[in-house]
Amino acid sequence: MTERSEQQGQPERPSEPRRRRAHTTSRDLERYAGLFARRTQVMRSSAMRDLMAITARPEVISLAGGLPDTSTFPADSFAAQMTRIAHESSAEALQYGPTEGFEETKACILEVMGAEGMAPDPDDLIVTTGGQQAIDLIAKTLVNPGDPVICEAPTYPGAVPTFCSYEADVHQVSTDDEGMRIDELEELLGAFATAGRRPKFIYSVPSFQNPAGVTMSGERRRRLVELAREHEVLICEDNPYGLLRFEGDPEPTLYSLDGGDYVLYIGTLSKILSPGIRIGWVAAPPPVLEKIGLGKQAADLCTSTLTQYFVREYFAEGRWREYINDLVEIYRDRRDAMLEALEHHFPEQAEWTHPEGGLFVWATLPDYIDTTDLLAKALRENVAFVPGRAAYVDGRGGSSMRLNFSASNEEELREGIRRIGSVVSEQVALYETITGELRAEPEPDDDDSGGEVVPLPKR
Amino acid sequence: MKVAVLKGGSSLERGVSLRSAARVEDALGELGHEAIGIDVGAELVSRLRAERPDVVFIALHGPGGEDGTVQELLEILDLPYTGPGVAACALCMDKVAAKHEIRAAGIPTPDWAAFNATAFRELGAADTLEEIEERLGFPLVIKPASQGSSLGVEFASSRDEVPQALVAAFSYDDRVLLERHVKGRELAVSMLGSESLPVVEAIPREEDFFNFEARYEIGRTEYVCPADLGDEETGRVQELATRTYETLGCSGFARVDLMLGDDGPQVLEVNAIPGLTDTSLFPMAAEAAGIDFTELVGQILESARLRHQVAATSGRPA
Repeated sequence: MTERSEQQGQPERPSEPRRRRAHTTSRDLERYAGLFARRTQVMRSSAMRDLMAITARPEVISLAGGLPDTSTFPADSFAAQMTRIAHESSAEALQYGPTEGFEETKACILEVMGAEGMAPDPDDLIVTTGGQQAIDLIAKTLVNPGDPVICEAPTYPGAVPTFCSYEADVHQVSTDDEGMRIDELEELLGAFATAGRRPKFIYSVPSFQNPAGVTMSGERRRRLVELAREHEVLICEDNPYGLLRFEGDPEPTLYSLDGGDYVLYIGTLSKILSPGIRIGWVAAPPPVLEKIGLGKQAADLCTSTLTQYFVREYFAEGRWREYINDLVEIYRDRRDAMLEALEHHFPEQAEWTHPEGGLFVWATLPDYIDTTDLLAKALRENVAFVPGRAAYVDGRGGSSMRLNFSASNEEELREGIRRIGSVVSEQVALYETITGELRAEPEPDDDDSGGEVVPLPKR
Repeated sequence: MKVAVLKGGSSLERGVSLRSAARVEDALGELGHEAIGIDVGAELVSRLRAERPDVVFIALHGPGGEDGTVQELLEILDLPYTGPGVAACALCMDKVAAKHEIRAAGIPTPDWAAFNATAFRELGAADTLEEIEERLGFPLVIKPASQGSSLGVEFASSRDEVPQALVAAFSYDDRVLLERHVKGRELAVSMLGSESLPVVEAIPREEDFFNFEARYEIGRTEYVCPADLGDEETGRVQELATRTYETLGCSGFARVDLMLGDDGPQVLEVNAIPGLTDTSLFPMAAEAAGIDFTELVGQILESARLRHQVAATSGRPA
């Protein structure tokens, strides 16, 4: 057997490139493991990722993504713009560009920031490969292993692996309907000061937060900016969704409140134009920006020249606000459909946020339901969401879930929520049956309510 | 040979299956075979009819691929396939049925009680929880009756934690199993054909129990193969695994998971189609026996062909 295998192990196909070695033995793995940097030990993949492999199947209604709807982008104008670039600027658009980005791209960014009341100096801007690279570069610039970084609880799940990969000591501050709890933050900053430690920055998504969908109140924004000055801590304001407001008056950005001294501002075109073009940016004080620029040079030299040319053409058309308005109309209807479906299909023990914009609703179930387990059951019903634990570094969030309403149509949203609601209701009923019977056992200590209806823990 | 590799599907272990299959496809290429990967779905039968493979390599994990369903289809299509047959797969996937068989054969397995959700909803099963808890003690292991890879396996260290753990386990299956926790070392014996391979011991680095996450991630769990056991102990563990494998009617390959406690080894479950990923225990055990992955795939393939031939000559209707 061995001999035969060896013979067959030498196929005579010299021209065919080898795709991958089959012999990844456990010894190989050990050898690699010995070479891995220490930070990879805190770079975790998750069980969720495995479960998420199923959400790609077409029969699954996925409310798990964070994708904007790019289907309404006018294909004709996309084609015309790219054709123009090919005809008029082919050589330049295919060439490297400056690390900090083209002046023309910055002009577009200034338009976008201007729409939210900000007017930075173009020299305070660097174009990045999406907002995600901006988070990475900021962490790379500021964080030494073990340095404290503060973020919201829950926080953007995509920021967690970034902070962890720089071995930050991540601390999370609770949020409520008005965003980050500034009183809790103040306490935490005080505790750090007492301990002689200084957090490097406070990461916040103040508007239509990912994942919670909540928006920080004006009062808290002002207080947050004050605290940053007092404690000489930077704020990293991540604002991908600010212009996607469905109702109500916009709050001033932290960057505009602060004037750009202590706030590093992260913007992106991902949610208002396209995530595929990978255009984001940082606005920061020049000394910080310089280091970020060096970091970017090391990471990828420059952001895609081709897509920067596209952005230039797109903004020159002058219809970018119109397109955002179209998106806002679509997303508002979808949010309404989701909230209505939640009201209808989720059991009364559940709670959820009512976002005034953005892409996400955050729902919290009774604490005896673990949403990672629930996802397994939901997937059997062909529906998916993001389990809340992904938005925490400390294992909290187990009974919450993030629901996305931008990437599915209203019919899919209603059906998706109906399916999730039905698995939740089933688990709630099961728990009530199990505990109801348990409580019926003679247990004089905690049986003072009459023992029939078990009060459910509400959050 | 033309070998169809069945992978993916809608099981929760889809991701693991895709990783197992990728390795198997590479190994088949090295063996000079033509590998055709099929992500199983509604078109499975028509694809198999169109491709007419010589052998089907089943790299599916979890319900659907590991529970006899796909095997039944392949029997009907009269195609040789790897791993245990229909009945053995069905038994292995149903941890409750498997435990009954194992215990009836005199093989030690931890005490248990099993319920479906209906028993709680309609038959007042919750009334028996106190007796069960008393009989099995704490900590109590609560797990879905039919999932592999420790998905949905919960621990309850006190009465208060039982309802929540039940609800979690019921997320994965309509039937769950409450099992006495055996404190001890976690061992896995891989079976190849009728031979037992060197014993693997899994030593979790962080958690009490190595969970789904840890099992597929490099560095989260330490594996020792061959396990640090005496010759006698090794022999006893391997003999128990072999008897279990035979009792459940397995053939081709499988992995038997055991706990080695103070009262000796006890069998927890059998995985009819153990993982074949980079970090899986089965290939690790084969390697310790001097069988590299390519050769392992070759042997598994050969046993599938042989079994099919034997079945054909013994007059089974085609």
